[in-house]
Amino acid sequence: MEILTSIVITPFVEMFAYPDFLIQVVWEGFVAGVLYSLIALGFVLIYKASGVFNFAQGIMVVFAALVLVSLYSMGLPAWLAVLLSLGVMGILAIGIERFVLRKLVNQHEAILLMATIGLTLVLKGVGQLLFGGEPKPMITEELGLPTGSTDWIVFDGIVIFQHIDIAATVIALLMVCALAVFFSKTRIGRALRAVADDHQAALSVGISLHQIWAIVWFASGIVALVTGIMWGARSEVSFALEIIALKALAVLILGGFTSIPGAIVGGLIIGIGEKLFEVYWGALLGSGVEAWFAYVLALIFLLFRPQGLFGERIIERV
Amino acid sequence: MLYREAGQFKTSYAADQALLPILQDRIGLLVILVVAFVFIPLFGGEFFVGSVMIPFLVFALAAIGLNILTGYAGQLSLGTGAFMGVGAYSCYKLVTYFPDVNVIILILVSGVFSALIGVVFGLPSLRIKGLYLAITTLAAQFFLEWCFIRIEWLYNYNDSGAIEVPQRMLFNVAVTGASASHITRYLVVLAIVALLTLVAANVLRGRIGRSWMMIRDMDIAAELMGIRPLYAKLSAFAFSSYYCGVAGALLVFMWLGSAEVEVFDINHSFLILFMVIIGGMGSLTGCFFGAAFIWILPIIIRTVPAMMGLDIVAATVEHIVNIVIGVLIIFFLIVEPHGLARLWQIAKEKLRTWPFPYSS
Repeated sequence: MEILTSIVITPFVEMFAYPDFLIQVVWEGFVAGVLYSLIALGFVLIYKASGVFNFAQGIMVVFAALVLVSLYSMGLPAWLAVLLSLGVMGILAIGIERFVLRKLVNQHEAILLMATIGLTLVLKGVGQLLFGGEPKPMITEELGLPTGSTDWIVFDGIVIFQHIDIAATVIALLMVCALAVFFSKTRIGRALRAVADDHQAALSVGISLHQIWAIVWFASGIVALVTGIMWGARSEVSFALEIIALKALAVLILGGFTSIPGAIVGGLIIGIGEKLFEVYWGALLGSGVEAWFAYVLALIFLLFRPQGLFGERIIERV
Repeated sequence: MLYREAGQFKTSYAADQALLPILQDRIGLLVILVVAFVFIPLFGGEFFVGSVMIPFLVFALAAIGLNILTGYAGQLSLGTGAFMGVGAYSCYKLVTYFPDVNVIILILVSGVFSALIGVVFGLPSLRIKGLYLAITTLAAQFFLEWCFIRIEWLYNYNDSGAIEVPQRMLFNVAVTGASASHITRYLVVLAIVALLTLVAANVLRGRIGRSWMMIRDMDIAAELMGIRPLYAKLSAFAFSSYYCGVAGALLVFMWLGSAEVEVFDINHSFLILFMVIIGGMGSLTGCFFGAAFIWILPIIIRTVPAMMGLDIVAATVEHIVNIVIGVLIIFFLIVEPHGLARLWQIAKEKLRTWPFPYSS
């Protein structure tokens, strides 16, 4: 009975007793969710266009951020470093398409997944070899991102908003809008959607699959760089991020593999959900529940709605 | 010329369906077993036996476990490390509660607990498959890892949070613990691995194993032919987790001596997966090839430059190993998706028709 009270009643009593704290927790979760969404977005872009489940997205985030920080530390101005990192991600995209994907056309999707796991190892090794394994601070101020924080006095308490978190949210929003415009208005965007719909039909109207794949990997490379900057600014750039990035997989299950809105909503649900669960229910189980909450939520979700929140395709039931 | 089945006539169905129908294969296996059981303990140094052969055999066993699930039953799993952990921790608890029971029996029993947990986390496979299932196995990985930290009962409430292997004797010879010699531990591991491999080989070619392969190749067709997916999939999860659990128990009790939760983290899950991919999915021989390759390659990369007088930092070696393994995985997926085992098969085929390659 006591346990039941502490599960069903006490957390909610606490939430209403200290609403300022609740807002703070939800906000923290929201920002974490935005970052999960960004990583998941990179997955969705690639999966839609090429059917490849890109396990390497997490390491691409780390890699892009490391390239940026290292270029800056070599003495280049920040804007040039950003441009050059974009160039590196572009070369990477072309290289991956040319040497990995092109050879694996028409393979089973599990094979493609494993190829991207191999890619993860290569990128990790190259990254550590070139840039060293120790964490590096992100060049937040040099990129013109705001630092500092604003206090919001509400319900007899203070809610603290870090400016970088607000900036991350705004930039994420802008990027999603830009992607939406890119997909719906431009020639390449239409070609991308055509490829996502049907490879063979797209080929028959003269769309080059190789080109589209390179473009889409480049696009997710850009998303990776932005994610890396934001995440690096909140903590620092390190390879530990790779494990956290795996949570984006749980986000994908919630949102569906092919849906951009799904990636965003799924990310927010996971981000807010795990923070709330950790703060209000975590103590019952011993802390650290953040490590598995996302996956278990996704697992339970799968049992009831296998195609995800916005998934367009019905997954084959077994 | 030497490797040919010509002239070996079978007079019964049993002989026709033997595990190794060709005489040369039987001789070859016998030679391998003699080398493994007699020559290596006699002539191997402590480093070779203790730090190369024991982990190689343990990882090969874990790879067999994952291969049963992924290679034969077609269910991709990223939670191998956690299932190994279940085996290790349950073995530790069993040894604590039953100090007088033969430790080898306890190691074999601990796999049962792993199998039970495996079945629980295999339940989603009845509703989903493919990539979605791979992600749900991540839930098993992270949830179990968390349990190994938070449930203090699992490591007897000690402060370090690690499980320490106590000393256990068998016929007045120390089998586990600090004073157990590397030879004893090697022989125990080898015996268990050899036994379990034999069991796996027979299960896989029997009714259960064939039902797994049917589910892998085409689940609907399998169902129409009377295979029940519920039993086939869950039994694959159970078998696979049993092997992983025993491997985990061996890993801690026979090799490391003590272990914290990091030993069973997701990197180990990937390590085993790489062994299966490079060795060859759906091949028992491949598990041994893959384990040898992934385990021994870093050792070679570590020692060869040192012998040539080059001084390479240990961290650099790790990074180079990462790159090499990553490239090899992609290479194998592109060129030979069936891995080293398939190369071995091709070599045997070539040998069989040599020197008249067109006469077969």
